[in-house]
Amino acid sequence: MKRKHRRLAILLACGLGLGAAAALTLLAFRDNLVFFVTPSDLAGRAKPGETLRLGGLVEKGSVVREVVDGQPGVRFRVSDGRAAVEVSFIGVLPDLFREGQGVVTLGTLAPDGHFIAAEVLAKHDETYMPKEVVEALKKSGHWQPADGPAPPAATWNTLNVTKNGG
Amino acid sequence: MIPELGHFALALAVVLAGSQAVLPLWGAERRDPALMASAPPLAIGQFLALALAFGALVWSSVVSDFSVLNVAENSQSLKPLLYKITGAWGDHEGSILLWCLILATCGAAVGVFGGALPAALRARVIGVLGATSAGFVLFSLTVSNPFVRLWPAPMEGRGMNPLLEDPGLAFHPPILYAGYVGFAIPFAFAVAALIEGRVDAAWGRWVRPWALAAWAFLTGGIALGSWWSYYVLGWGGYWFWDPVENASLLPWLAGTALVHSAIVVEKREALKIWTVLLAIGTFSLSLCGTFLVRSGILNSVHAFANDPARGVFILVLLALVIGTALVLFAWRAPRLMPTGVFAPLSREGALVVNNILLCAIAAVVFTGTTYPLFAQLLAGAQISVGAPFFNATVLPLTIPLFAAMVVGPMLSWKRAQLAPALFRLWWVALAALLVGLISAWGWAALPALGFAGAAWLVLGAFAPIIERVRLFRLPLGASWVRLAGVPLAAWGGVIAHAGLGLTTAGLSGMALAEHRIVAVHPGETVAVGGYDWTLLGLRDAPGPNYTARLAEIRVARDGRTIAILTPGRRSYPLQRTTTTETAIRTNLARDLYAVLGEEHDGTAVLRLHVNPLAPWIWLGALVMALGGGLSLADRRLRIGAPLRRGAAARAASA
Repeated sequence: MKRKHRRLAILLACGLGLGAAAALTLLAFRDNLVFFVTPSDLAGRAKPGETLRLGGLVEKGSVVREVVDGQPGVRFRVSDGRAAVEVSFIGVLPDLFREGQGVVTLGTLAPDGHFIAAEVLAKHDETYMPKEVVEALKKSGHWQPADGPAPPAATWNTLNVTKNGG
Repeated sequence: MIPELGHFALALAVVLAGSQAVLPLWGAERRDPALMASAPPLAIGQFLALALAFGALVWSSVVSDFSVLNVAENSQSLKPLLYKITGAWGDHEGSILLWCLILATCGAAVGVFGGALPAALRARVIGVLGATSAGFVLFSLTVSNPFVRLWPAPMEGRGMNPLLEDPGLAFHPPILYAGYVGFAIPFAFAVAALIEGRVDAAWGRWVRPWALAAWAFLTGGIALGSWWSYYVLGWGGYWFWDPVENASLLPWLAGTALVHSAIVVEKREALKIWTVLLAIGTFSLSLCGTFLVRSGILNSVHAFANDPARGVFILVLLALVIGTALVLFAWRAPRLMPTGVFAPLSREGALVVNNILLCAIAAVVFTGTTYPLFAQLLAGAQISVGAPFFNATVLPLTIPLFAAMVVGPMLSWKRAQLAPALFRLWWVALAALLVGLISAWGWAALPALGFAGAAWLVLGAFAPIIERVRLFRLPLGASWVRLAGVPLAAWGGVIAHAGLGLTTAGLSGMALAEHRIVAVHPGETVAVGGYDWTLLGLRDAPGPNYTARLAEIRVARDGRTIAILTPGRRSYPLQRTTTTETAIRTNLARDLYAVLGEEHDGTAVLRLHVNPLAPWIWLGALVMALGGGLSLADRRLRIGAPLRRGAAARAASA
């Protein structure tokens, strides 16, 4: 086998490997990208069934335990100060799940407008606020991180806002 | 006083690292023996200075000196001694100092064990390590100083994150870092080779043991981290494709490729340019792994608090180290003439395929990990890429990799024929097929494929040895004699490959895991995975710096008690946090895994798992690391031994 052929064979193998990797990546990107939404965004995104990450603060006093089909479940409201969404979850909540603190949930929007979480993520550190939640709060104009810690959820009068804004 | 001593030692280390960067490199350029000879003492000096600094930090933590900010923020007087020691590297500043200490250890190791290296090469390698080290020690001294004082000193520290108070995680960072940082040595060798413009078989022989040692540590470190998340986080999973996990997987993939391509350089003097690039790439990925994730640029559960000054410093440092190496590569690599010639179908060819596939997997993981970052920067979209993406992309690429892993070692160097090699593997293929068919009978297609792959890897790993001793073709006695002659390095490869097979079996077993979340009253029984789980009772138990709530669960099968599990929840008053204490009972064939959730209205929420073959995931990784260690123990690979022979040969030919 000539040197040229050998080089060609190796180049072909490289091309095949990288091509396969690129094809797999693009294919997987088509169905597996998960978008982050805030409770305000969610109202406009009425596409039930799509997997989304929903983030915000757990509204104070909104956590309700319930039993669904013999499995322990929980319902709570996630809010970004402008809008709040009802979230249902079946399973064990993470240790750092607290009312009034940041939370990110992974799940889908149910036809009745509440969010079915398959996973509830809270971070390792209780003083740490998920980055997306910080963004969400900044967007809704409720908190600038430069001004100090996040305002307590109780002071947000979220209910008034949701009543007016739907 | 002790913290000031540490602070001073850290400053001294910066100076020593700076000299270690400048003097030997300049000396090697000028061919000045005295300057070149300054390399080992400077490297050892830098190591001693950093060891002193690190010792001072550990001391401050052990005696609970809360006037040191770092200790006040991460320690408390009631913490057990083990965690006071390991807590020294539990946070950002301490872990960076540990990182620097390990890098200095690498430089000192080259200084101490590299006596047989040509003087100029040794000086350059130590110089490059010094330059890298100088940047990171400066980072530690300026923006991430662990010795900053706090005045007035608080009476009590804020305490460590309770999740980290665990023996598994206590030793996870040093082992993982030894892996990450160990790749600095192949990197330094690569840069030194580019400066010299020469790469030969001897270079491959020097680089491979260092790369292998780093690889074995990294394998162990990743496995330890994965095991920790399995039994501490209590989510029942072992790998979440979290950015920080991917960041450790990327250098592992590149390092695995490097360990293999270095064989080709050593044996055949081919793939030289590629190996140099791979050595640079592996360490660059290690750097990105440690620093990009820790700096909080990538969103991760492991990210430490974000400080812009640190982020910018780190980015500049990374750009300098990686950029300089790549520019040097672009400039000098064309000088490294390719020599070894091989047909595409040969052992070398199979190793090329291995490299291509490993790099393809690394590229896919890299894309998935960094895509959210770019999507946010370029499109402002907040996107995350989760496990489904990685499973869909990585799994298909592992199939040809597994095939090549078994077929490759059966091929001869330089030129080979595929048909005889495949023919000699008929029994391996048959066994894998049988395992696959039997598994497919009972379970889904994917685990069955995994089990078949595991059998293929484990049996196939031993095929080259069986071939070598001509089992059943020679009398058994003669085979035995040949077996004694198989070099340790060959065994190392066999065992590492078989280890991956064990891990694959564990992963496939986990795909069959069953779990159920239940809310039960004491005395109630539920069935999960063929076992009856009874909640016997709940009780409180005190601990040194926490209070625990324990559940007692009896696991029975056909009325016979198999295990009593006591999962719990600990609440740490100082940190105001709760942690989950998973209860696991294993018999190697399956794990019984129980987690206690919240209690309300007299019921306790329990999550109960039956995880078949789970321990095999980490046992396999341990076996892989052992394989790497075994290769290192081979005389031919020992760092000193072959060099003297090489040096003697060169002296004779000169």
